[in-house]
Amino acid sequence: MNSFLNKNRPLVYCPGCSHEKITTGLDKAFVNLGLDADKIVIVTDIGCSGLFDTFFNVHALHGIHGRALTYASGLKLANPDLNVVVTMGDGGLGIGGAHVLAACRKNLDLTLIILNNFNFGMTGGQYSATTPADAIVGSGFLNQAEIPIDICAIAKSAGATYIDRCSGLDQNLPGKIIKAIQHKGFSLIETLGMCTGRYTKKNNLTPKGIDQIIEDLPEMPGAIEKNQRPEYGERYRALAKERNVFPGAITIEKQIEFKDYQHQEVVILGSAGMRIVTAGEIVCYAGLCAGMNVSMKNDYNITVLRGQSVSEILISPEKIGYPGIESPSVVLALSDEGVQRRKKIFANLKPGTFVLKEKSVDIPETKADVTEIDFKELKIKKQDWALASLGLMAKNENAINKEMLNYALKLRFNEKLYQIALETIEKIF
Amino acid sequence: MALSFMEGNEALARGAVAAGCNFFAGYPITPATTIFNSMLKMLPPTGGICIQGEDEIASMGYCIGASMAGKKALTATSGPGISLYSEQISFAIGSEIPLVIADVQRLGPSTGSATRGADSDIQFLRWGSTSGVPVIVLAPKDALDCYVLAVHAFNYAEEFRCPVFIASNKEIGMTSESFDLDSVVLPPIVERKIFSGNSYLPFEAEAKKAPPFLPIGGKTIVRQTSSTHGPDGYITIAPEVIAQNQERLRQKIHSARNRITLFEEDIKENSDTLIISYGVTSRSVEEAVQKLEKKGNPVSTLTLKTLWPVPEELLRKKAKLFKRIVVVEMNLGQYVNEIRQILCDKQVEFYGQMNGVLITPGKIMEVIENE
Ligand code: SF4
Repeated sequence: MNSFLNKNRPLVYCPGCSHEKITTGLDKAFVNLGLDADKIVIVTDIGCSGLFDTFFNVHALHGIHGRALTYASGLKLANPDLNVVVTMGDGGLGIGGAHVLAACRKNLDLTLIILNNFNFGMTGGQYSATTPADAIVGSGFLNQAEIPIDICAIAKSAGATYIDRCSGLDQNLPGKIIKAIQHKGFSLIETLGMCTGRYTKKNNLTPKGIDQIIEDLPEMPGAIEKNQRPEYGERYRALAKERNVFPGAITIEKQIEFKDYQHQEVVILGSAGMRIVTAGEIVCYAGLCAGMNVSMKNDYNITVLRGQSVSEILISPEKIGYPGIESPSVVLALSDEGVQRRKKIFANLKPGTFVLKEKSVDIPETKADVTEIDFKELKIKKQDWALASLGLMAKNENAINKEMLNYALKLRFNEKLYQIALETIEKIF
Repeated sequence: MALSFMEGNEALARGAVAAGCNFFAGYPITPATTIFNSMLKMLPPTGGICIQGEDEIASMGYCIGASMAGKKALTATSGPGISLYSEQISFAIGSEIPLVIADVQRLGPSTGSATRGADSDIQFLRWGSTSGVPVIVLAPKDALDCYVLAVHAFNYAEEFRCPVFIASNKEIGMTSESFDLDSVVLPPIVERKIFSGNSYLPFEAEAKKAPPFLPIGGKTIVRQTSSTHGPDGYITIAPEVIAQNQERLRQKIHSARNRITLFEEDIKENSDTLIISYGVTSRSVEEAVQKLEKKGNPVSTLTLKTLWPVPEELLRKKAKLFKRIVVVEMNLGQYVNEIRQILCDKQVEFYGQMNGVLITPGKIMEVIENE
């Protein structure tokens, strides 16, 4: 192949626009690398740099402003054999900054060519993230109150493994692009270019002027020594390969015949750190052992080890419809925080509802049957109160019985934890 | 008999894997995070890829890229994230990129409440893209539905080459429940139609159909673009070409709407009232109806599993038999007007609630009994 350029689609840039040299430079790089057209994809976004994909006879994905790197990453992860080249202007760089940083950090094997011409050409020369504060632009005075970014310096600190910077008119551009594509990992080339249509005339910018800007900026050597590390895709695949066990669903056989089991609603009111969710799961497992349908909702704070932890469980011989608590049959009041969270339920509890209240916990007035227990005196640690309460429920045959609880504990814990759980519960029995 | 026990979110992930999903990208957000967690456990062992995006926009971008390379992609989010997805949703709709988007809805607007449920996004899912091209939105009512509808969603995404939404809810996604997983019969898996002719034009399609697919990175050169394009995938300004494509995008879903209609019904011959609902609310409706029947007041129900395209024919057919139609929603009336438009000859009553808690069966009984 001596050119990948599409003969039916001549370049349409303004005369003198650096994009033209960069387009032909990219083509030369592809040719010199000896790549096959079907192994190249050009990913672009919006603006004049977003025209690149239309000029080449290779795979192409043209997407939304600033997002080109996101599509490129999806393509490369899905098909590691592809040579993925992204072109992006200083507009896309600004709006898609988060993706540039992420690409630098990830080090997926993509090549990003930034076509920095200091302004938004296509929309009329407005200022961008790289426009100097003293430039004359289409956004009036607004650029004068901001400073431009040096994307190469940012990329370096964000962990890019390959960074180069040159004029879009650099004779050696194809060679530089070749090196960037050959680099295994994320490579970024910033080209500084002439937007003859919108920028250079007003700002007296010449090719020599661009060379001077580049000279004044820190030199970018290509491979960044301190950032070298494995390519993301390879690293990801190696890590993923170690995860080779598919997690099966928790499925529980009916173990116990329980005649005339009535619909039960269990509410466990506790605090973070009291293993409330675990206790809720054990109640569910107990129900499942008896062939019942179960559902569970938990309510806890997003922070850890602070605040309430509430678990609401339904156990029913019928399919569960409304998955909320309407008329609890068991309420375990194990902390004030938990009780406060559901304090409204107490007034409506029916006589016959089993309420277990730890001695230290205050509960609102209720018509339910309240049993008080002093876990501290029984030398049961706070983190085991919920578990111990299940023992009492089983002993009294409230919602679960001893057999159900025993099965549930065996299912939920390994042998060692199961024995410890039994010891805790036996203090109650 | 054995029952499985899992969250709606885990069930959705299991359904996706059963449908052949092999790519996931998402960004953590309550109450959708556990879909991401589940996919992270399930995809590596099945050879799939699971990625955390740097933000929601990127997550969608990764899915779009992967889908164009031939993967079956899933992402999951909630209200604040679906807002950010919007630009990429438009891209996927307009450029016919198959993917499945799980929206585990929470109470909005905006940041709203991370751990409070609501069917907040029903209209947003339909109209949260530019152009107004129809979309497919499925609504599960429980964990079992999450599992089964995930497969339907992938099937539709592949057939129609479009994003398909699963409008779940915190109250389903983060509620663990039992169901008989082993005896579920899933629909047969549909794969996207692969182009087999000679000269491939990426958007050349039969009328009312999605174009056949070839992946970016395959032997044949493929173009994909977010811009208004002709069959060749290049920008066009030709009005007839544009019009034809817009019409095809509309028709490919609109003309298949009866086939896309998924629902459940409980029609009682001796009742004159029909309650129409969807999502987790329909479970309260079912329970209310059981209790009403015991009180000698038989009421029928229609549970919509497909919200978009609006199941016009189904609604007309089912409503015909009833004097009284009541719509119940976990919002202040996002879908009821779609139903009113179709049942314009009927008085359609509405009850909605948007306060972060489930509508109780008792409340629904009250609505039905207080005519
Ligand atoms: S507007 Fe500027 S960037 Fe765009 S083609 Fe013209 S010179 Fe090039």
